[in-house]
Amino acid sequence: MTHAPPGRFGGFGGRYVPEALVPALEQLDEERRKAVVDPEFVGELERLHQTYTGRPSIITEVPRFAQHCGGARVVLKREDLNHTGSHKINNVLGQALLTKRMGKTRVIAETGAGQHGVATATAAALLGLECVVYMGRKDTERQALNVARMRLLGAEVVAVEHGSQTLKDAVNEAFRDWVANVATTHYVLGTVTGPHPFPEMVRDFHRIIGVEARQQVLDLIGRLPDVVCACVGGGSNAMGIFHRFIDDAGVRLVGLEAGGSGIASGKHAARFSTGEPGVLHGAYTYVLQDEDGQTIESHSVSAGLDYPSVGPEHAYLRETGRAEYRPVTDDEAMAAFALLSRTEGILPAIESAHALAGAMQLGRELGPDAVILVNLSGRGDKDVHTAARWFGLLETPGSQPALGHQDPSGTGGSR
Amino acid sequence: MSVATVLQRCRDEGRAALVGYLPVGFPTVPGSIEAMRALVESGADIVEIGVPYSDPVMDGPVIQDAAVRALAGGVRVRDAFTAARAVVDSGAAALVMTYWNPVLHHGVESFAAELAAAGGAGLITPDLIPDEASEWIAAARRHDLDTVFLVAPSSTPERLATVAKACRGFVYATAVMGVTGARATVGEAAEDLVARTRAVTDLPVCVGLGVSTGDQAAELSRFADGVIVGSALVRCLGSAPSEAEGLTRLRTLATELADGVRRGRA
Ligand SMILES: Cc1ncc(COP(=O)(O)O)c(C=O)c1O
Repeated sequence: MTHAPPGRFGGFGGRYVPEALVPALEQLDEERRKAVVDPEFVGELERLHQTYTGRPSIITEVPRFAQHCGGARVVLKREDLNHTGSHKINNVLGQALLTKRMGKTRVIAETGAGQHGVATATAAALLGLECVVYMGRKDTERQALNVARMRLLGAEVVAVEHGSQTLKDAVNEAFRDWVANVATTHYVLGTVTGPHPFPEMVRDFHRIIGVEARQQVLDLIGRLPDVVCACVGGGSNAMGIFHRFIDDAGVRLVGLEAGGSGIASGKHAARFSTGEPGVLHGAYTYVLQDEDGQTIESHSVSAGLDYPSVGPEHAYLRETGRAEYRPVTDDEAMAAFALLSRTEGILPAIESAHALAGAMQLGRELGPDAVILVNLSGRGDKDVHTAARWFGLLETPGSQPALGHQDPSGTGGSR
Repeated sequence: MSVATVLQRCRDEGRAALVGYLPVGFPTVPGSIEAMRALVESGADIVEIGVPYSDPVMDGPVIQDAAVRALAGGVRVRDAFTAARAVVDSGAAALVMTYWNPVLHHGVESFAAELAAAGGAGLITPDLIPDEASEWIAAARRHDLDTVFLVAPSSTPERLATVAKACRGFVYATAVMGVTGARATVGEAAEDLVARTRAVTDLPVCVGLGVSTGDQAAELSRFADGVIVGSALVRCLGSAPSEAEGLTRLRTLATELADGVRRGRA
């Protein structure tokens, strides 16, 4: 039997970085291994989960929404109720505590929609760390409110003017900062990609989602779910909820990627539909790339899923058949967004709405006996402007446009 | 042909080698090749041919912008082979500097074969560490190509030994912690790193990152086998009002740098 080398998931993963960063990655790997068996670290993280984040997050069964899912039972894992509004805080608190353990005083982060940036700025404020967040110029413009939130929290937000001026360029800029300042600085990477040990470490900090949810579903329903659905940007909320279920062979794991305007349009972030294996941002995984290996820009109504690459462990789960991945278009996601809002009084993040759209498909395929667990990775407050424009709710005050009708401009607010 | 021969000749002349970086395709493919020839005529011993890449995490603004413009102009990975042939024909050695994904996507074996066929000496790989490079190293050995990996001021003695062992041609020592781009000083960290590298290998050690003047080249050539200059050369081409003026500025700077590597040990 051959074992994958450390930092590899099958053939995926690895450490494709400038040599200058290798000592920092080795130090990080060593520290996080020690930390997770150190009662002091584990206890402090647990205390923050309970008294700061608000863990355990609850689950909510959504019967009125489920009527549109072939009558299957649908249960939401409510990561949207966490402090700062998404799952991102789980990872950030873990990495911020590690930063202090390593004696570093400054954190940097990349952000697309701003959720990871806000979570990092929050943890930095809480723990007294200096914080710089890199964000593509285009994203600072379309997510201006989150820029203000980060600044209110004391973080410096740097607009990245290079390349496509979106998330991937923010990651590049964060790596450049890290190479120059690695002695004092930790890079709080926001998802399950990047060089080893990030994919494994970030997954482990999010694993609590699935650990809690598995027991909660057992308590509520008396059996495991048939399917677990999660949206996949970089893939952190999905790995977080999937991981505890990997050994439960009867549980299907379904990741939903951003299908944008449709696969045929070429404007999407469905790495597993048209991408090929390659290296981006330190990991060997699926990448949207052209015939010369140049990264192709992704597109999605959801800034958090608008990323041309995906965590290497997802590539491995797909290759082994343990998980399956489907694209969900902007239209399908926004329909699910509107439906959950109207039927259950819960405004989901547009990212999470992709997972809800997946549950609608799977429920219809599996029928009323099925139990579907959906990771509601975030709340929709940050997306109100995008959704209002999408549904044409801002144009004619006083009138009542029907949800499900797309903004005739077809642009949405977040592209 | 390995760059070792070139470095040995420079050593015999009692000086450091001048290694100049220019990205293929900037300002255009023919324009970049003409610039590489001008660089050789002005005294560069080795030309580092950059492959423009969409996500260059080791590069500062000057080289990033050149890459963006080259890609917008339609440069292809295979243009690096054309450039290598032109550099060799003009009398210098050609190393290709590329991020890993373009090579991986091209096919490691066929990239090595095509580079060797074009007369290229090997590759410098800024985001490929030896730990991940077994396929490349095997292909390079089959095709008699140099494998140049980087060391940094943060490198531990163990890492220096690991990296140096995987290198053929020379070891690339980055003078500062950071990305490419001209700096006012390139001082002490470089000298210390070169000394620590020499403690673990007999290979030549060349120093790059931040060098922009003849005086800096002279200073580094006291202790380095080669001085690597990138952004400062690229900026000559990018900031000039015309291509002709860009070439003039490039020749002026390259001549100054070539003089620098000759007077450092005088
Ligand atoms: C609410 C929410 N869900 C999902 C994502 C996608 O990230 P990941 O795939 O790492 O969970 C984001 C990213 O910004 C997010 O804000």
